[in-house]
Amino acid sequence: MKQEHNKAHKFGMVIDLDKCTGCGSCMVSCMSENNVPFKDDESDKKKSITWMRVYKLTNGKSFPDTEIVYMPRPCQHCGGKGDHGHSPCVSVCPATATDYGYDTGIVSQIYTRCFGCRYCMGACPYHARYFNWWDPKWPEGMEKYLSPDVSPRMRGIVEKCSFCYHRYQAARDQAYAEGDKDNIPEENYQTACTTACPAGAIVFGDLNNPEHKVHQIVKPDPHPDPRNKHVVGKSRNPKVFRLLERLGTNTKVYYLSDREWVRKQGDNYLEGEWDKIKNHHGDTSHG
Amino acid sequence: MDSALIPEGAKRCSFPKFYMGIAVVGAVVLWGLLAWGLIYWKGLNQTNMNDYYGFALWIWADLAVIAVGGGAFFTGLLKYIFKIDELKNIINFAVIIGFICYSSALLILAIDIGQPLRGWFIFWHANVHSMLTEVAFCLSFYFAVLTIEFIPNILENRQANKVSFFHHLAHNMHGIMVIFAATGAALSFFHQGSLGGVAGVMFGRPFSFREHLNIWPYTFFLFTWSAAAFWPCFTLLVTKITETITGKKLVGDKTVHLLSKIAGWMITSYIIAKIIDTIYWATVTAPSLGFKWTHFYSNNALYGKWMLFTELILCGVLPGVLLIMKSTRENSKLRLLAIILGVIGVCLNRWVMVLQVMAVPVMPFDTWALYIPSWQEMATTILPVAYGIILIALTYRYLPVFPQEQELNYPVEEEAVDEPVVAPAAEPVAATE
Amino acid sequence: MLPFCFEWVWDLGHVLFIGGLLFAPIGILGAGLTYCAVKAAYETINDSGESHH
Ligand code: SF4
Ligand code: SF4
Repeated sequence: MKQEHNKAHKFGMVIDLDKCTGCGSCMVSCMSENNVPFKDDESDKKKSITWMRVYKLTNGKSFPDTEIVYMPRPCQHCGGKGDHGHSPCVSVCPATATDYGYDTGIVSQIYTRCFGCRYCMGACPYHARYFNWWDPKWPEGMEKYLSPDVSPRMRGIVEKCSFCYHRYQAARDQAYAEGDKDNIPEENYQTACTTACPAGAIVFGDLNNPEHKVHQIVKPDPHPDPRNKHVVGKSRNPKVFRLLERLGTNTKVYYLSDREWVRKQGDNYLEGEWDKIKNHHGDTSHG
Repeated sequence: MDSALIPEGAKRCSFPKFYMGIAVVGAVVLWGLLAWGLIYWKGLNQTNMNDYYGFALWIWADLAVIAVGGGAFFTGLLKYIFKIDELKNIINFAVIIGFICYSSALLILAIDIGQPLRGWFIFWHANVHSMLTEVAFCLSFYFAVLTIEFIPNILENRQANKVSFFHHLAHNMHGIMVIFAATGAALSFFHQGSLGGVAGVMFGRPFSFREHLNIWPYTFFLFTWSAAAFWPCFTLLVTKITETITGKKLVGDKTVHLLSKIAGWMITSYIIAKIIDTIYWATVTAPSLGFKWTHFYSNNALYGKWMLFTELILCGVLPGVLLIMKSTRENSKLRLLAIILGVIGVCLNRWVMVLQVMAVPVMPFDTWALYIPSWQEMATTILPVAYGIILIALTYRYLPVFPQEQELNYPVEEEAVDEPVVAPAAEPVAATE
Repeated sequence: MLPFCFEWVWDLGHVLFIGGLLFAPIGILGAGLTYCAVKAAYETINDSGESHH
């Protein structure tokens, strides 16, 4: 087990879409945890900053067969093709202002270095990146609630979900202080959205650590998908899927649902293709 | 009033008339500067860009001016390496157009980035894997090369040339122009390609993503090729406009026909490659990612199949054929039609590779996003155009740009009456001596 | 980016890219311009020297 712990972490989450009620607690907790500024007018959703955004999906059927699902979407912390750390956004940033942490699998954003070219936003198919079109502002008095652990961002740069990296830093510091620096207990590092979700729909942890719940649910396949060599870490759980997996982005945010139509919404399929590949989950050796 | 500055033997309109014209265009420049000021002062919220459209009108304008502004490089290449001497009649003008296009591109980039004061980070913290880094490097240095190519032309102004130091400097720069031109050629090749790479490497965007040859996506080569194909169209178009405004013939038919012919063959070969690329993308790349190609051309108000048809057939195959056939090429009306279609075609291609990429939904539950630029964006995009017009007007008035101007407009009899003229004016600027 | 700075890596990408696309053009263009300017200055001084004689 010691061996296992010495390996790099690979933090990720799995979101149970059947539990999510769409209440938006994750969005709110994320904004306050990460000092996301306010705008006078938040009605244009293509200009508001929502590191965590809840999408509403429907099965497209009319009453009484209508079904709805809410899909929370943080930054997916893509590992890029083959999971080598060349995320869509990291590989294109000209100033290395967004970087892949090989020790954590977390895609960082260096606010003081980003010069706002927005190439990363174009490269991210999940719209997980947000630009500061305005100077950051907080309503009178609200600035007193700002978290001292997270730096606010200036106008003209890009920001996005960091998997609450400051919480990881705190947990790591604690582990150092307690003398077992390699062992960060699961409960010591949890993102704000995970802890805020009243339905317990989000499970967060180290995908590389078999003791963590997220690993147990996802059962990530360490081998490349035989159908698409760019895809690594496909779930061996038939109910678990990733968003746009076929592109080879190798996200670390997994979704879970019992309903087939929901799972189908996770990716694009040609006509008739879904029926052929829907039963294909991860490592062939595990059936 | 300014006659001492005007090249010897050249006829130019009166001083007040000229500056009235400049003032009108100058008003447009002021409008652009106002918008630029607003954007720097208040931020990019002055634009209509949003989190779906991180790249929009400006990046398109950037790509478009660079695509059509490649003339300086290719003219130099053809003249010096392939020894096509006929092109000496247009090389000065091509350099000026290139200078305008590249300075505009840099200007637009400077407006476009959210933190302009950090622009140098792209050099200092360079990510060698990013296509945009390559673009920034090559663009900046190629602009330096263009400036170097342009300087001797400026120094050949009648008054400047009287200063001994400038005279020698211009002469020496001519002397080693081949070195500068060769450096420029290498840089130009890379940045034209890497601009194509910008779109082609985005593997999260199935509309623009292309398979790679080694580290370069096919768009890398297609962009270089298309720039090589369409620059003559733009150079000829600007020449035509200048001729119409000045009421003079400035470039001989032989040169024009030659350029048109080059354009014809290059466009045709490019468009064949582009069609093959499109078919491969539509039948192999996109389906492998779960998309039917029609997905990218339906369910929205703007981007339909007509766009593809316009780009490939109407503004690709058609101008290519018109310019290849001698009869149509040498017919001035049809030639004009072909070069206009060509310029539209390449600009449309750049539009598609920037704006349509952003518009297409990738997640199955996402929606199309359309965008209309704000007046500040338009004003700052027109700003370089107005600046270009002013620069062309000034250079035409004060510098010996067109070596053939004398012989085409003031036939020999007149020359005998005048003092001996021509010689300095007829010397092509970038000629090696 | 300069060699030996904290972000520099001695790999093909950095050497080719930064060397070939940053330092090489700066070097060539800088050296070329300096050569032209120095030569022109030299010739100018010689010219004016001649005209005085
Ligand atoms: S979801 Fe987007 S921002 Fe996050 S790592 Fe992937 S490409 Fe980058
Ligand atoms: S906007 Fe910032 S983080 Fe994104 S690519 Fe540009 S410099 Fe990098």
